[in-house]
Amino acid sequence: MARHVVATLDEIAPGTCKIVTVAGREIGIFNVASQFYGLINRCPHGGAPLCRGRIHGRMEAAAPGQYRLTRPGEMLRCPWHGWEFDIRTGQSWCDPDNVRVRSYAVSVEPGETLAKGPFVADTVSVTVDQHYIVVDL
Amino acid sequence: MTSPAAGAIDCDVHAALPGTHVLLPYLDDYWREHVVMRGLDHDNLNTSNYPPGAPISGRPDWRPAKGDPGSDLGLLRKQALDGFGTRFAILNVIHGAQIMFSEDLSAALCRAINDWIAAEWLDRDPRLRASIVVPIHSPELAAQEIERKAEDRRFVQVLMLAMAEMPLGRRANWPIYRAAQRHDLPIGIHAGSAYRHPPTSIGWPSYLLEDYVAQSAGFATTLSSLVAEGVFVEFPSLRVVLLESGVTWLPAYLWRLNKTWRGIRAEVPWLDRAPADYIREHVRLTIQPFDQPPEQRQLERIIEQIGSDEMLLFSTDYPHWHFDGTDAIPDGMPAHLMRKLLVDNPLKTYSRLSKEPVR
Amino acid sequence: MTSMVVERAPEASIETKLGFVDCDIHPYMKAPGELDPFLSARWREHRRTIGSRGRQGLAYTAAYPRMSPANGMRLDGWPPGGGVPGSDLAFMREQLLDQFGVTGGIMLPLLGRASDERNVEFGVAMARAVNDWMAHCWSDPEPRLRGSIQVTAEDPAAAIAEIEHRAGDRRFAQVQLPPRGLEPLGRRRYWPIFEAAAANGFPVALHLGGSSGHASTGSGWPSFYHEEHPSYVQSMEALVTSLVIEGVFEHVPTLKVVLVEGGFAWLPALTWRLDKHWERLRAEVPHVKRPPSEYIHEHIWVTTQPIEEPERPQDLMHTFEWIGWDQVMFSTDYPHWDQDDPRFAIKVNLPADKKRMLFRDNARALYGFA
Repeated sequence: MARHVVATLDEIAPGTCKIVTVAGREIGIFNVASQFYGLINRCPHGGAPLCRGRIHGRMEAAAPGQYRLTRPGEMLRCPWHGWEFDIRTGQSWCDPDNVRVRSYAVSVEPGETLAKGPFVADTVSVTVDQHYIVVDL
Repeated sequence: MTSPAAGAIDCDVHAALPGTHVLLPYLDDYWREHVVMRGLDHDNLNTSNYPPGAPISGRPDWRPAKGDPGSDLGLLRKQALDGFGTRFAILNVIHGAQIMFSEDLSAALCRAINDWIAAEWLDRDPRLRASIVVPIHSPELAAQEIERKAEDRRFVQVLMLAMAEMPLGRRANWPIYRAAQRHDLPIGIHAGSAYRHPPTSIGWPSYLLEDYVAQSAGFATTLSSLVAEGVFVEFPSLRVVLLESGVTWLPAYLWRLNKTWRGIRAEVPWLDRAPADYIREHVRLTIQPFDQPPEQRQLERIIEQIGSDEMLLFSTDYPHWHFDGTDAIPDGMPAHLMRKLLVDNPLKTYSRLSKEPVR
Repeated sequence: MTSMVVERAPEASIETKLGFVDCDIHPYMKAPGELDPFLSARWREHRRTIGSRGRQGLAYTAAYPRMSPANGMRLDGWPPGGGVPGSDLAFMREQLLDQFGVTGGIMLPLLGRASDERNVEFGVAMARAVNDWMAHCWSDPEPRLRGSIQVTAEDPAAAIAEIEHRAGDRRFAQVQLPPRGLEPLGRRRYWPIFEAAAANGFPVALHLGGSSGHASTGSGWPSFYHEEHPSYVQSMEALVTSLVIEGVFEHVPTLKVVLVEGGFAWLPALTWRLDKHWERLRAEVPHVKRPPSEYIHEHIWVTTQPIEEPERPQDLMHTFEWIGWDQVMFSTDYPHWDQDDPRFAIKVNLPADKKRMLFRDNARALYGFA
């Protein structure tokens, strides 16, 4: 497993996603309330570029007609068939036990550590005072 | 010849009125005079779904010498009950009373039908049970009628039609389901249209055959409605029985509904399971007619795809003509299903059958 | 319930070697004015002032709003240069035609609303305009694409004239009729259109959509798109029933009909149902001389999208067998939200010969592609 610097912290604002290529794979890096999560950019259902879907909350109802929105910004809706995935875990809403998107560990490292460390950083310019987003793959 | 269904519970048998005049003793003064004034006592208010003379409406050897198929108690006892060795048979009356535009006339006629069938059929043969006939377009009056008849435990279900004025799942209909659930009565949905809308989404077909074929589509969209509106979420112990649906359309439609839900779930967020899960839990189907594939292996696959051995209920659909002799069970029905289909599933669906009827 | 395979390798042979023919592609306009060059001054003015009028409450929006913008487009289908999904040929090449090595694509435009326009004269003008637009703006620059001739079913004479006008033009592959018309399509009033299509060598495509004014279920209008979308299945069933039982195939024995965007797994059970009840009621329909299954097998083709996804994926193979492998053609429905990707949509391994039939040979044979 190698560690890949994929973006600077300020490149991915809360509530947004950046799709990066790491070791030949497209991965969407999501900023959910300043926590970072990585999902492979392919829907396990029909092959769509999943991370180009829409980020939204969970639409739920305890009973018919009693609508409520929970966990704002934590769900990803596939750009094609609308399957919903939990960005934090990659689990499908509709079939959480059987369908999930592969997720990757994402961490934020202080810039100074990275600049000195043995990390692959070819897509990002390394600047000492910045923080970097790192994918383990 | 011994019927393969001896001891079975026949979940769809049709009793017919010899004529609306038989209801006169069961109408109150106001409605008796009203019905006579309008000449309805000389009419039988047949629905367009089953012209009495059509081959599908009455098997040749099951037609009485006089009157509509199903209107002769003696014949029905001999042919449908003795003929199959039936333990119980559930009578479903299909009549214009259910679909009159006037909610009040509809309710008055339905009340009379229920009292008539209790007095003139159920009282005369202990094997007979019946569905409560209700004014299907008046949820308020339908619920009242359910409340009125529910204490007679020989009434084991509430009867609706597959194609009504509005999709059956709509919230306006929920008083019916609330009353049915409270009294442990399944909702029986029978083939048939109130003809408030064309029986197909592409307009009015020319032939009765087309209307009849379209019934399975009516059942499918009714299931869509019941599931999407959340009827099974709101009424978790409600059971629904599809009567005369054709059956084999079901698996492909379960696949379609599940796929729809995966993409469109957010529109109906009260559904926390796939539609097929709700349907397998809540919905049952009678087996006549059975739109049978030409090969036995296909039938076995369809049964596997239905994915539950609890869903199918035995029926003859007497006096409708779908088979000859006593061949009410489709060829190739797996042996392990027989006991469930004939007895266990009906008893589980109609829990009132297991208890001694109390008037 | 078990389900889909995660990170399944794409079915690569489709894009590289198969010569895939896509039987359902939707071209759109960047702006409504794109049709103006093909309309007379009178109808240009009408389009700007009154506009299209269908048989539904919402003027410009689907009666059941979709779950994604622009009436249900795939979210990644928006061209980088602007316009709605499906409106930019270069981007369609990138996302569909070149991506999957498409050798032939059938366009079914769902715009202009010629099919269910209440002002029939305007509908006739719009049908002709959309046909010209398809030919000039799509087939000319991209000969892999062929159009479906738009006609107005409520004016059979004009429909026949339009079919004859396009006869022999290789930019057109078939005639497209509105499936939810004023009356079931098998009714006699529509027979002259079927005759003209068959006489000129065109299959007739029936693509779901449009507003007939009839409720989408026999029990009236459902509440949710969650009901409307699967009701396409029942509309398709009613269409097959109507065409067979009203006697269209007896009257036009060379007619070929393609059902688009209704899936297909419902067809075997419908065929069994038709055969069974025809046997009982055949005296009512003496013009239906053979079991319905025979007409269906000879005259009707189905396209796959939106593909059924059985709980046991292998069941799809049985469905194909029961329908007949030679009657099924793959379609993507690009660029709609429920479109199918040819690499992933079929979740079982098809034998090579069957794959060729579904993705290429059946469509080539039907449409006469080289």
